Amino acid sequence: MRRSVNFRSFFTASWLGWQIESNWTDPFLFATYSIVKPLAGAGILVLMYSIITQGQFDSPIFAYLYLGNAFYQYVPAVLSGVSWTIIEDREHYRTLKYIYVAPVNIPFYLFGRGVAKFITGSFGVVLTLAAGVLFLNVPLDWSIVNWPLFFLTMGLGILMLALMGLLLAGVTLMVARHSYFIGDVVASGFFLFTGAIFPLEVLPNFLRPIGYILPITYWLELIRRALVGTVAEAFPTFTMLSNAQLLIILLVSSLVFGLAAIFVFRRCDHQARERGLIDQITNY
Amino acid sequence: MQMLPPLERKNTGWRLFLMTVLGRSYPRVVGMQRERSWMFFDIFMPLLAVSAYVFVYRAIGAPEEYVGFVVMGGAMTAFWMNVLWSMSSQLYWEKEQGNLALYIISPASMVAILLGMAVGGLFATLLRAIAIITLGSLLFNVTYVIASFWQLIAVFSLSMIALYGLGMMSASIFLLLSREAWHIANLAMEPVYLASGMYFPVKNLGFWAAAAASIIPLTLGLDAMRQLVFETGPTLGFLSVKTAMAILALLSVVYLFTARRLLAYIEKLAVREGRLTENRR
Repeated sequence: MRRSVNFRSFFTASWLGWQIESNWTDPFLFATYSIVKPLAGAGILVLMYSIITQGQFDSPIFAYLYLGNAFYQYVPAVLSGVSWTIIEDREHYRTLKYIYVAPVNIPFYLFGRGVAKFITGSFGVVLTLAAGVLFLNVPLDWSIVNWPLFFLTMGLGILMLALMGLLLAGVTLMVARHSYFIGDVVASGFFLFTGAIFPLEVLPNFLRPIGYILPITYWLELIRRALVGTVAEAFPTFTMLSNAQLLIILLVSSLVFGLAAIFVFRRCDHQARERGLIDQITNY
Repeated sequence: MQMLPPLERKNTGWRLFLMTVLGRSYPRVVGMQRERSWMFFDIFMPLLAVSAYVFVYRAIGAPEEYVGFVVMGGAMTAFWMNVLWSMSSQLYWEKEQGNLALYIISPASMVAILLGMAVGGLFATLLRAIAIITLGSLLFNVTYVIASFWQLIAVFSLSMIALYGLGMMSASIFLLLSREAWHIANLAMEPVYLASGMYFPVKNLGFWAAAAASIIPLTLGLDAMRQLVFETGPTLGFLSVKTAMAILALLSVVYLFTARRLLAYIEKLAVREGRLTENRR
């Protein structure tokens, strides 16, 4: 019974999340929206790089930043997808209290609502990769991609991001103002510290430990190694670590963050119920 | 028998207009500063995003003035975000909260209400932009060589007038939208950062692309300001400062005039079609 409640919560929420994400407009405008945003984001970096290096797209640093930026799209997508649900259901649709009294597992419900953003994020990632391979000589050779490492890393990474989103959802339950910023703002912060678009060596020494603590750093490194092993090896950040070691670090750090997320969410959830915040309306 | 005491004094005409502008700007000037978390969310976090692009430039060996370009561009994104979310989408939010019908019913002019939003938003965002530029410049050792202070003030002022005129214009259009308003505002972020040259000199987009992007006032405003505050700015500029100022002045007139006409038309349309109080989530 418990298992079916969790799966039912997850799959129903996934369907609901997709309906909300996609039914605000016709398919053409939705497709345009899903294409233009990620390509514009990548375009900024491509132009910045092209201006300074006169278009040297064969350099390993370009592949490094392009791939990092492409996959980093999952971070705000999943973080916001899970945490923003609280704002949507509490403030906009005013259904959060009904969700709470329904036979629904709330964390699984939140994960399910994040699936739609994961799917739209995936569109962005695929399009960005396609544009890079077709037009910018990103050295992606499908025949040498380490697919088992790629899928394992992706699975672990998405689960890790979903749990981080759960942590933010817990915080969102407790705050009113600026809570709509939380997912995107945290993602912006991680953008700087996780080596997404530049190697960690570029950061000042005192800031690098932040990157070493975050599991996203290892996730991105493993994605690059799985897709373009030679590129990742060109940068000294993690050359002393093998793929297996990086996977273990990713697993352990994700576990730590995951346990923290579950603890924080349960605590915030309890506090929100005690203080009557589940159905508060703050006009956001 | 009188139910209510007679009005001894009431504001009409320009006094009512001014009172409306001040009243609508008050929450943005005073209210928003009361919540101290703005220092974290509106300054520190954008600074992190700016820092990321600064480090990208440093990783690829860019000249140091590009760091300054990023700091300035990052500060100007605050104005675009304010125009998108606190101007263009504002009437949609007001509709959702039920205030829009009250605005229409009141004797205050909708133009005054939008102008109040613009004035208040500009003031609040200016504080944030100054903080981002100051902190960013200190953190990354950005140096400025101001060619002409008065031209700089003029360019900035014209850019803001045109930009907020654009915001008032789009606020009218967003009045007719529903849930798509949020998504369209969301869509207009990264593409505008790209087209306006927020993080790089816009002339690298090519003449026609940069010209097309010039309908967004920030494009020419940022380009002209960079020419005035950085030593190598003039070599990287798209149009001369004087040409940019002339175009910005023209855009200001066009956007403000169009905003006024569009607002009146859209308001009539919304009243006729019953869209002032709809809540089509």
